[in-house]
Amino acid sequence: MIPLYIAQIGILFATFGLLLVAAAIMVYSERKVAAFTQQRYGPYLVGPSGALQPIADVIKLIFKEKLMPKSADKAIFMVAPIISATAAFAAFAVVPFGAKTDLFGLIEQPISLQVADVNVAMLVLFAITSISVYGIVLAGWSSNSKYSLLGALRSTSQMISYELSYGLTLASVLLIANSLSLTDIVNAQSGNWFGFIPRWFAFLQPLGFVIFMIAGVAETNRAPFDLPEAEQELVAGYHTEYSSTPFMMFFLAEYINMVTAAAVATDLFLGGWHGPWLPEYLGWIWFVIKIGAILFFYIWMRWTLPRLRYDQLMTFGWKVLLPLAALNLLVTAAGVIYFGH
Amino acid sequence: MGTDLLLFYLFGGAAVLASLAVVLGRNPMHSVLLLIVSFAALAGLYITLGSPFAAVIQIIIYAGAIMVLFLFVVMLLNAHREDALLTPGASGVKGPIRTGAVLGVVLAAELVWALVKAGQAPDGELAAGAAPNVEALGSVRALGLLLFTDYAFAFEVTSILIVVAMVGAVVLAKREL
Repeated sequence: MIPLYIAQIGILFATFGLLLVAAAIMVYSERKVAAFTQQRYGPYLVGPSGALQPIADVIKLIFKEKLMPKSADKAIFMVAPIISATAAFAAFAVVPFGAKTDLFGLIEQPISLQVADVNVAMLVLFAITSISVYGIVLAGWSSNSKYSLLGALRSTSQMISYELSYGLTLASVLLIANSLSLTDIVNAQSGNWFGFIPRWFAFLQPLGFVIFMIAGVAETNRAPFDLPEAEQELVAGYHTEYSSTPFMMFFLAEYINMVTAAAVATDLFLGGWHGPWLPEYLGWIWFVIKIGAILFFYIWMRWTLPRLRYDQLMTFGWKVLLPLAALNLLVTAAGVIYFGH
Repeated sequence: MGTDLLLFYLFGGAAVLASLAVVLGRNPMHSVLLLIVSFAALAGLYITLGSPFAAVIQIIIYAGAIMVLFLFVVMLLNAHREDALLTPGASGVKGPIRTGAVLGVVLAAELVWALVKAGQAPDGELAAGAAPNVEALGSVRALGLLLFTDYAFAFEVTSILIVVAMVGAVVLAKREL
């Protein structure tokens, strides 16, 4: 029998490790999917079908020279990637990825597969997102380079603009679920309607789901919203001046943010770990499958859609997405009052 | 109790040190960042007081939204170092320093008064009215109910105040509408 607190520490480290692995898998699949989209092979030399390429990349990056612009603000330049990476890992702490389990009787009492079950989980997620903006702004500012600064400004204004629609869709979901805890929200989606349609909030909130996905892509600065690092105009955006491990931390943060966004979308709209056939304690398999599908969609979109122009991005965010999200919230609120939960 | 006290000193100390550094530092950019640290430490204090909701809101509103605006202003105005004001003997310095000193003394007196009052009050009760219900502060539902029933008037007045401030800012920024 393992005591509860040791199991919780174990989950903490397991989540940390799994996030790193997930980021590596994401990098590899992104390169492979990109290659297939463009009728190339992609990485195929390191390991079977190039599967060990991410490890080779990491080793290469670690051994690169650390560069720092002469006129950079040294302290902030060093802190910025740390803020980005820390925020990325911290955000996943409140995301549940499986039902309560006692690991086949190993632990005294069942624990939920989640680092911290906070009853204001959705707000914590929002708070950490708003902190992660700083990593990018500070990186751009402290580099003292015009490309970095422009990238950082774009990124911040984009994140702030899309955070509003993101927040409003979150609010509609919590109106239906009647809770701010992600675990409660997932549990509210168990079972089926008419015996075969899963009770996912994606079906109750189709508009909310679409808005949430679009805003999620914009929040993670992915194509077609990757203005902050538009290579053709800005070299690499906010991390132009970074190399070696600090660069790696930004890279890591970006991929982990994608995984978190996909995990949150799964928890909020796709029923989390609930699915047919598998017993409850193997629900995390459904969770991984759902996340994988969303992440594949992200990659697919990146290599299919062209980048938006900056004014189009802002117009879309403020004049289309935000009114729709507000309307969705109003309709949801009216529905909840009329039909009950 | 031991952990609580330790956390209190940790967060409280961080908040005080960061705030001091905000005021004493010469680099506006660093000041903004340290102010964020100070707000985060305050959020930590709220958590030790049993109100995660207030802590999260503190981070979202103050550390997140408002400080990003501060950061933008400092970044875009390109304010490097504030040396000019601090040269001794420069004209126009004495006035602000005097006002600041008076305000500082008043604040310190208020703080001492509050501490003395809190010390005299019976245990677990603050000088200002009845002790708030800890359960109510922790739960979002209870907080929302209170806000929209007992404090509905104050809530609405605050929102009018904010709208007025916003309109004022727009009028000031855009001379001709």
